[in-house]
Amino acid sequence: MSHTSPHDAAHDPHLAHHFPDAATQFEAGKLGMWIFLATEILLFGGLFCAYAVYRAHHPEIFIYAHQFLDKVLGGINTAVLIISSLTMAWAVRAAQLGHQRALVRLLTATIALGFVFLGIKYVEYEHKWKEGLLPGTRFTHPLPEGTTASPPAPVEPAPVGVAGEEATTIPPAARGPAGLADPAAAPPAGPPRVPRNVQIFFGIYFTMTGLHALHVIAGMITLMWILRRARRGEFGPRYFTPVDLAGLYWHLVDLIWIYLFPLLYLIH
Amino acid sequence: MTAYTHATHGAHGHVVPATVLLAVWGALMALTVLTVAATWVDLGAMNLVVALAIATVKAALVVLYFMHMRYDRPFHAIVFVGSLAFVALFVIFALLDTAAYRPEMIPDYAPAMKGR
Repeated sequence: MSHTSPHDAAHDPHLAHHFPDAATQFEAGKLGMWIFLATEILLFGGLFCAYAVYRAHHPEIFIYAHQFLDKVLGGINTAVLIISSLTMAWAVRAAQLGHQRALVRLLTATIALGFVFLGIKYVEYEHKWKEGLLPGTRFTHPLPEGTTASPPAPVEPAPVGVAGEEATTIPPAARGPAGLADPAAAPPAGPPRVPRNVQIFFGIYFTMTGLHALHVIAGMITLMWILRRARRGEFGPRYFTPVDLAGLYWHLVDLIWIYLFPLLYLIH
Repeated sequence: MTAYTHATHGAHGHVVPATVLLAVWGALMALTVLTVAATWVDLGAMNLVVALAIATVKAALVVLYFMHMRYDRPFHAIVFVGSLAFVALFVIFALLDTAAYRPEMIPDYAPAMKGR
Protein backbone atom coordinates (compact mmCIF):
# COMPACT_ATOMS: atom_id res chain seq x y z
CA MET A 1 0.00 0.00 0.00
CA SER A 2 2.83 2.38 0.69
CA HIS A 3 3.79 3.46 -2.80
CA THR A 4 6.41 6.13 -2.70
CA SER A 5 6.42 8.30 -5.76
CA PRO A 6 9.90 9.22 -7.02
CA HIS A 7 8.61 12.74 -7.75
CA ASP A 8 7.41 13.41 -4.24
CA ALA A 9 9.65 12.54 -1.33
CA ALA A 10 7.01 13.60 1.23
CA HIS A 11 4.40 11.40 -0.38
CA ASP A 12 1.49 10.36 1.85
CA PRO A 13 2.14 6.69 2.75
CA HIS A 14 -1.63 5.99 2.80
CA LEU A 15 -2.25 7.40 -0.68
CA ALA A 16 -2.40 4.75 -3.42
CA HIS A 17 -0.50 5.87 -6.50
CA HIS A 18 -3.54 5.80 -8.82
CA PHE A 19 -5.28 8.57 -6.86
CA PRO A 20 -4.29 12.22 -7.42
CA ASP A 21 -4.86 13.18 -3.78
CA ALA A 22 -6.18 11.92 -0.44
CA ALA A 23 -9.59 13.57 -0.92
CA THR A 24 -10.22 11.68 -4.18
CA GLN A 25 -9.15 8.42 -2.56
CA PHE A 26 -11.46 9.12 0.38
CA GLU A 27 -14.44 9.78 -1.92
CA ALA A 28 -13.78 6.62 -3.95
CA GLY A 29 -13.70 4.54 -0.77
CA LYS A 30 -16.91 6.11 0.45
CA LEU A 31 -18.74 5.46 -2.81
CA GLY A 32 -17.67 1.82 -2.69
CA MET A 33 -18.92 1.52 0.89
CA TRP A 34 -22.30 3.05 0.06
CA ILE A 35 -22.75 0.61 -2.83
CA PHE A 36 -21.91 -2.25 -0.44
CA LEU A 37 -24.45 -0.90 2.07
CA ALA A 38 -27.05 -0.83 -0.73
CA THR A 39 -26.49 -4.57 -1.31
CA GLU A 40 -26.90 -5.14 2.44
CA ILE A 41 -30.24 -3.32 2.34
CA LEU A 42 -31.34 -5.54 -0.55
CA LEU A 43 -30.26 -8.63 1.45
CA PHE A 44 -32.39 -7.63 4.43
CA GLY A 45 -35.11 -6.43 2.02
CA GLY A 46 -35.87 -10.05 1.12
CA LEU A 47 -36.48 -10.85 4.78
CA PHE A 48 -38.62 -7.75 5.29
CA CYS A 49 -40.63 -8.89 2.24
CA ALA A 50 -41.22 -12.34 3.81
CA TYR A 51 -42.26 -10.58 7.02
CA ALA A 52 -44.72 -8.32 5.16
CA VAL A 53 -46.35 -11.18 3.22
CA TYR A 54 -46.78 -13.45 6.25
CA ARG A 55 -48.05 -10.64 8.44
CA ALA A 56 -50.50 -9.45 5.77
CA HIS A 57 -51.98 -12.95 5.49
CA HIS A 58 -51.76 -14.08 9.10
CA PRO A 59 -51.86 -11.07 11.44
CA GLU A 60 -53.28 -13.31 14.20
CA ILE A 61 -50.02 -15.29 14.38
CA PHE A 62 -47.97 -12.10 14.83
CA ILE A 63 -50.35 -10.60 17.41
CA TYR A 64 -50.31 -13.83 19.44
CA ALA A 65 -46.64 -14.81 19.12
CA HIS A 66 -45.03 -11.42 19.76
CA GLN A 67 -46.19 -11.67 23.41
CA PHE A 68 -43.39 -14.20 23.93
CA LEU A 69 -40.76 -11.54 23.13
CA ASP A 70 -39.44 -9.43 26.00
CA LYS A 71 -40.23 -5.78 25.20
CA VAL A 72 -37.98 -4.54 28.02
CA LEU A 73 -34.91 -6.46 26.81
CA GLY A 74 -35.67 -5.42 23.21
CA GLY A 75 -35.99 -1.79 24.29
CA ILE A 76 -32.73 -1.91 26.26
CA ASN A 77 -30.96 -3.39 23.24
CA THR A 78 -32.35 -0.59 21.07
CA ALA A 79 -30.90 1.96 23.49
CA VAL A 80 -27.57 0.06 23.59
CA LEU A 81 -27.25 0.19 19.78
CA ILE A 82 -28.21 3.89 19.66
CA ILE A 83 -25.58 4.72 22.30
CA SER A 84 -23.02 2.66 20.33
CA SER A 85 -23.92 4.64 17.20
CA LEU A 86 -23.19 7.85 19.11
CA THR A 87 -19.79 6.58 20.32
CA MET A 88 -19.01 5.43 16.76
CA ALA A 89 -19.97 8.78 15.20
CA TRP A 90 -17.88 10.50 17.88
CA ALA A 91 -14.95 8.17 17.17
CA VAL A 92 -15.00 9.33 13.52
CA ARG A 93 -15.03 12.93 14.75
CA ALA A 94 -12.09 12.21 17.08
CA ALA A 95 -10.13 10.66 14.19
CA GLN A 96 -10.88 13.67 11.96
CA LEU A 97 -9.66 16.07 14.67
CA GLY A 98 -6.63 13.93 15.58
CA HIS A 99 -7.81 13.25 19.14
CA GLN A 100 -5.88 10.04 19.53
CA ARG A 101 -6.86 9.02 23.07
CA ALA A 102 -10.53 9.82 22.53
CA LEU A 103 -10.53 7.75 19.32
CA VAL A 104 -9.16 4.67 21.11
CA ARG A 105 -11.60 5.07 24.03
CA LEU A 106 -14.65 5.61 21.81
CA LEU A 107 -13.83 2.61 19.59
CA THR A 108 -13.39 0.48 22.75
CA ALA A 109 -16.76 1.71 24.06
CA THR A 110 -18.46 0.89 20.74
CA ILE A 111 -17.07 -2.67 20.77
CA ALA A 112 -18.06 -3.08 24.46
CA LEU A 113 -21.63 -1.99 23.65
CA GLY A 114 -21.65 -4.58 20.86
CA PHE A 115 -20.84 -7.24 23.49
CA VAL A 116 -23.67 -5.93 25.70
CA PHE A 117 -26.09 -6.21 22.76
CA LEU A 118 -25.02 -9.79 22.03
CA GLY A 119 -25.21 -10.71 25.74
CA ILE A 120 -28.82 -9.52 25.97
CA LYS A 121 -29.58 -11.28 22.69
CA TYR A 122 -28.15 -14.50 24.18
CA VAL A 123 -30.46 -14.21 27.23
CA GLU A 124 -33.44 -13.79 24.89
CA TYR A 125 -32.47 -16.70 22.61
CA GLU A 126 -31.80 -19.01 25.57
CA HIS A 127 -35.24 -18.28 27.02
CA LYS A 128 -36.92 -19.13 23.71
CA TRP A 129 -34.82 -22.29 23.35
CA LYS A 130 -35.91 -23.52 26.79
CA GLU A 131 -39.55 -22.69 26.12
CA GLY A 132 -39.54 -24.48 22.76
CA LEU A 133 -40.39 -21.23 20.94
CA LEU A 134 -38.45 -22.27 17.84
CA PRO A 135 -39.05 -22.39 14.08
CA GLY A 136 -40.65 -25.24 12.16
CA THR A 137 -40.81 -28.72 13.62
CA ARG A 138 -38.62 -27.64 16.55
CA PHE A 139 -41.52 -25.58 17.89
CA THR A 140 -42.51 -27.57 21.00
CA HIS A 141 -44.11 -24.85 23.10
CA PRO A 142 -47.22 -26.30 24.80
CA LEU A 143 -50.52 -24.45 24.60
CA PRO A 144 -50.80 -22.03 27.52
CA GLU A 145 -53.11 -23.28 30.26
CA GLY A 146 -56.79 -22.59 29.73
CA THR A 147 -56.48 -22.16 25.97
CA THR A 148 -57.26 -24.36 23.02
CA ALA A 149 -55.97 -24.47 19.46
CA SER A 150 -58.09 -22.85 16.78
CA PRO A 151 -59.94 -25.34 14.59
CA PRO A 152 -58.64 -25.80 11.06
CA ALA A 153 -59.96 -23.27 8.61
CA PRO A 154 -63.26 -24.33 7.00
CA VAL A 155 -62.56 -25.89 3.63
CA GLU A 156 -64.52 -24.85 0.60
CA PRO A 157 -64.83 -27.14 -2.42
CA ALA A 158 -61.96 -26.95 -4.85
CA PRO A 159 -62.77 -25.03 -8.03
CA VAL A 160 -63.60 -27.16 -11.04
CA GLY A 161 -60.99 -26.98 -13.78
CA VAL A 162 -61.74 -24.88 -16.85
CA ALA A 163 -62.27 -26.88 -20.10
CA GLY A 164 -60.38 -29.86 -18.75
CA GLU A 165 -57.08 -28.02 -19.06
CA GLU A 166 -56.64 -27.56 -15.36
CA ALA A 167 -58.53 -30.66 -14.30
CA THR A 168 -57.15 -32.14 -11.15
CA THR A 169 -56.69 -35.75 -10.23
CA ILE A 170 -57.20 -34.83 -6.60
CA PRO A 171 -60.85 -34.99 -5.54
CA PRO A 172 -62.41 -31.75 -4.35
CA ALA A 173 -61.08 -31.22 -0.89
CA ALA A 174 -64.40 -30.72 0.84
CA ARG A 175 -63.06 -32.30 3.98
CA GLY A 176 -63.83 -29.52 6.38
CA PRO A 177 -66.31 -30.01 9.19
CA ALA A 178 -69.76 -29.79 7.65
CA GLY A 179 -71.96 -26.91 8.61
CA LEU A 180 -69.24 -24.92 10.34
CA ALA A 181 -70.41 -21.38 10.95
CA ASP A 182 -68.35 -18.38 9.94
CA PRO A 183 -65.95 -18.06 12.87
CA ALA A 184 -66.00 -14.28 12.63
CA ALA A 185 -69.79 -14.13 12.92
CA ALA A 186 -70.07 -16.02 16.18
CA PRO A 187 -67.28 -15.53 18.71
CA PRO A 188 -66.31 -18.96 20.06
CA ALA A 189 -67.51 -19.72 23.51
CA GLY A 190 -65.19 -21.40 25.97
CA PRO A 191 -61.43 -21.10 26.44
CA PRO A 192 -59.47 -18.57 24.35
CA ARG A 193 -58.15 -19.89 21.05
CA VAL A 194 -54.48 -19.98 20.08
CA PRO A 195 -53.80 -19.51 16.36
CA ARG A 196 -52.21 -22.31 14.38
CA ASN A 197 -48.71 -22.19 12.85
CA VAL A 198 -47.22 -19.93 15.50
CA GLN A 199 -43.82 -21.41 14.57
CA ILE A 200 -43.89 -19.25 11.40
CA PHE A 201 -43.40 -16.15 13.54
CA PHE A 202 -40.38 -17.69 15.23
CA GLY A 203 -38.91 -18.71 11.88
CA ILE A 204 -39.09 -15.05 10.82
CA TYR A 205 -37.90 -13.81 14.22
CA PHE A 206 -34.81 -16.03 14.34
CA THR A 207 -33.87 -15.45 10.69
CA MET A 208 -34.11 -11.65 10.91
CA THR A 209 -32.53 -11.18 14.35
CA GLY A 210 -29.98 -13.95 13.63
CA LEU A 211 -28.77 -12.31 10.40
CA HIS A 212 -28.71 -8.99 12.23
CA ALA A 213 -26.64 -10.52 15.07
CA LEU A 214 -24.17 -11.89 12.50
CA HIS A 215 -23.81 -8.33 11.20
CA VAL A 216 -23.18 -7.06 14.74
CA ILE A 217 -20.41 -9.68 15.11
CA ALA A 218 -18.92 -8.72 11.71
CA GLY A 219 -19.03 -5.05 12.72
CA MET A 220 -17.29 -5.80 16.02
CA ILE A 221 -14.51 -7.77 14.29
CA THR A 222 -14.03 -4.85 11.88
CA LEU A 223 -13.93 -2.37 14.76
CA MET A 224 -11.37 -4.50 16.66
CA TRP A 225 -9.12 -4.31 13.60
CA ILE A 226 -9.70 -0.53 13.42
CA LEU A 227 -8.95 -0.23 17.15
CA ARG A 228 -5.66 -2.11 16.70
CA ARG A 229 -4.64 0.28 13.95
CA ALA A 230 -5.85 3.31 15.95
CA ARG A 231 -3.63 2.27 18.88
CA ARG A 232 -0.65 2.30 16.52
CA GLY A 233 -1.57 5.90 15.74
CA GLU A 234 -2.35 5.28 12.08
CA PHE A 235 -5.36 7.62 11.92
CA GLY A 236 -5.55 11.39 11.97
CA PRO A 237 -6.98 14.37 10.10
CA ARG A 238 -5.15 13.37 6.90
CA TYR A 239 -6.17 9.70 6.96
CA PHE A 240 -9.28 8.38 8.70
CA THR A 241 -11.06 6.57 5.83
CA PRO A 242 -11.11 3.10 7.52
CA VAL A 243 -12.64 4.58 10.70
CA ASP A 244 -15.28 6.37 8.63
CA LEU A 245 -16.19 3.30 6.53
CA ALA A 246 -16.33 0.93 9.53
CA GLY A 247 -18.57 3.54 11.15
CA LEU A 248 -20.93 3.55 8.16
CA TYR A 249 -21.25 -0.24 8.48
CA TRP A 250 -21.92 -0.02 12.22
CA HIS A 251 -24.62 2.63 11.70
CA LEU A 252 -26.32 0.43 9.07
CA VAL A 253 -26.53 -2.37 11.65
CA ASP A 254 -28.19 0.12 14.01
CA LEU A 255 -30.50 1.25 11.19
CA ILE A 256 -31.80 -2.28 10.59
CA TRP A 257 -32.44 -2.80 14.30
CA ILE A 258 -34.43 0.47 14.39
CA TYR A 259 -36.95 -1.29 12.09
CA LEU A 260 -36.69 -4.78 13.62
CA PHE A 261 -37.55 -3.58 17.13
CA PRO A 262 -41.05 -2.17 16.42
CA LEU A 263 -41.85 -4.80 13.76
CA LEU A 264 -41.06 -7.80 15.99
CA TYR A 265 -41.45 -6.62 19.59
CA LEU A 266 -44.08 -3.87 19.42
CA ILE A 267 -46.90 -5.45 17.44
CA HIS A 268 -50.22 -4.02 18.54
CA MET B 1 -13.09 17.51 -9.28
CA THR B 2 -12.74 21.29 -9.04
CA ALA B 3 -13.77 21.16 -5.40
CA TYR B 4 -10.83 18.89 -4.61
CA THR B 5 -7.76 20.83 -5.55
CA HIS B 6 -4.43 20.52 -3.86
CA ALA B 7 -5.39 23.47 -1.69
CA THR B 8 -7.72 21.16 0.21
CA HIS B 9 -5.25 18.30 0.26
CA GLY B 10 -5.44 16.37 3.50
CA ALA B 11 -8.49 18.21 4.80
CA HIS B 12 -11.38 16.12 3.53
CA GLY B 13 -14.66 15.03 5.01
CA HIS B 14 -17.01 17.03 7.22
CA VAL B 15 -16.52 17.14 10.98
CA VAL B 16 -19.94 16.97 12.64
CA PRO B 17 -20.13 19.33 15.65
CA ALA B 18 -20.35 17.59 19.04
CA THR B 19 -23.58 19.41 19.88
CA VAL B 20 -25.23 18.03 16.73
CA LEU B 21 -24.13 14.48 17.61
CA LEU B 22 -25.55 14.79 21.13
CA ALA B 23 -28.80 16.39 19.91
CA VAL B 24 -29.34 13.60 17.36
CA TRP B 25 -28.63 10.99 20.04
CA GLY B 26 -31.14 12.64 22.41
CA ALA B 27 -33.77 12.69 19.67
CA LEU B 28 -33.16 9.00 18.91
CA MET B 29 -33.58 8.02 22.56
CA ALA B 30 -36.75 10.14 22.90
CA LEU B 31 -38.23 8.59 19.73
CA THR B 32 -37.45 5.09 21.09
CA VAL B 33 -39.46 5.90 24.24
CA LEU B 34 -42.21 7.36 22.04
CA THR B 35 -42.47 4.24 19.85
CA VAL B 36 -42.85 2.05 22.98
CA ALA B 37 -45.43 4.45 24.43
CA ALA B 38 -47.38 4.42 21.15
CA THR B 39 -48.19 0.72 21.67
CA TRP B 40 -50.16 1.61 24.84
CA VAL B 41 -52.66 3.54 22.69
CA ASP B 42 -55.05 1.57 20.50
CA LEU B 43 -55.06 3.20 17.08
CA GLY B 44 -56.19 0.12 15.16
CA ALA B 45 -54.37 -0.28 11.87
CA MET B 46 -52.68 3.09 12.45
CA ASN B 47 -50.44 1.57 15.15
CA LEU B 48 -48.27 -0.07 12.46
CA VAL B 49 -48.18 3.18 10.43
CA VAL B 50 -47.14 5.21 13.49
CA ALA B 51 -44.46 2.65 14.45
CA LEU B 52 -43.00 2.66 10.92
CA ALA B 53 -43.16 6.48 10.71
CA ILE B 54 -41.21 6.85 13.98
CA ALA B 55 -38.68 4.23 12.82
CA THR B 56 -38.23 6.12 9.53
CA VAL B 57 -37.61 9.44 11.33
CA LYS B 58 -35.00 7.68 13.51
CA ALA B 59 -33.39 6.05 10.46
CA ALA B 60 -33.29 9.44 8.70
CA LEU B 61 -31.53 11.04 11.69
CA VAL B 62 -28.91 8.26 11.76
CA VAL B 63 -28.30 8.47 7.99
CA LEU B 64 -28.25 12.29 7.76
CA TYR B 65 -26.02 13.05 10.77
CA PHE B 66 -24.24 9.91 12.07
CA MET B 67 -23.59 8.70 8.51
CA HIS B 68 -22.81 12.25 7.27
CA MET B 69 -25.25 12.06 4.35
CA ARG B 70 -26.36 15.66 4.88
CA TYR B 71 -22.80 16.84 4.23
CA ASP B 72 -21.98 14.11 1.72
CA ARG B 73 -22.06 13.95 -2.08
CA PRO B 74 -25.63 13.68 -3.43
CA PHE B 75 -24.65 10.60 -5.45
CA HIS B 76 -24.24 8.56 -2.25
CA ALA B 77 -27.81 9.50 -1.33
CA ILE B 78 -28.99 8.35 -4.78
CA VAL B 79 -27.31 4.95 -4.23
CA PHE B 80 -28.83 4.61 -0.75
CA VAL B 81 -32.36 5.83 -1.54
CA GLY B 82 -32.26 3.81 -4.78
CA SER B 83 -31.74 0.58 -2.83
CA LEU B 84 -34.65 1.49 -0.53
CA ALA B 85 -36.85 2.18 -3.57
CA PHE B 86 -36.09 -1.27 -5.00
CA VAL B 87 -36.88 -2.94 -1.66
CA ALA B 88 -40.18 -1.01 -1.60
CA LEU B 89 -41.00 -2.19 -5.16
CA PHE B 90 -40.17 -5.76 -4.17
CA VAL B 91 -42.36 -5.71 -1.06
CA ILE B 92 -45.29 -3.91 -2.71
CA PHE B 93 -45.44 -6.24 -5.71
CA ALA B 94 -45.02 -9.35 -3.53
CA LEU B 95 -47.93 -8.15 -1.38
CA LEU B 96 -50.13 -7.35 -4.39
CA ASP B 97 -49.34 -10.71 -5.98
CA THR B 98 -49.93 -12.85 -2.89
CA ALA B 99 -53.10 -10.92 -2.09
CA ALA B 100 -54.39 -11.70 -5.60
CA TYR B 101 -53.84 -15.43 -5.08
CA ARG B 102 -55.21 -15.51 -1.56
CA PRO B 103 -58.87 -16.44 -2.36
CA GLU B 104 -57.60 -19.46 -4.28
CA MET B 105 -55.46 -20.78 -1.46
CA ILE B 106 -57.46 -23.70 -0.17
CA PRO B 107 -56.05 -25.95 2.54
CA ASP B 108 -55.21 -29.47 1.39
CA TYR B 109 -55.86 -28.57 -2.24
CA ALA B 110 -53.36 -28.33 -5.07
CA PRO B 111 -54.06 -28.72 -8.81
CA ALA B 112 -52.43 -31.73 -10.45
CA MET B 113 -49.33 -31.09 -12.52
CA LYS B 114 -49.66 -31.68 -16.28
CA GLY B 115 -48.19 -34.89 -17.58
CA ARG B 116 -48.51 -36.83 -14.35
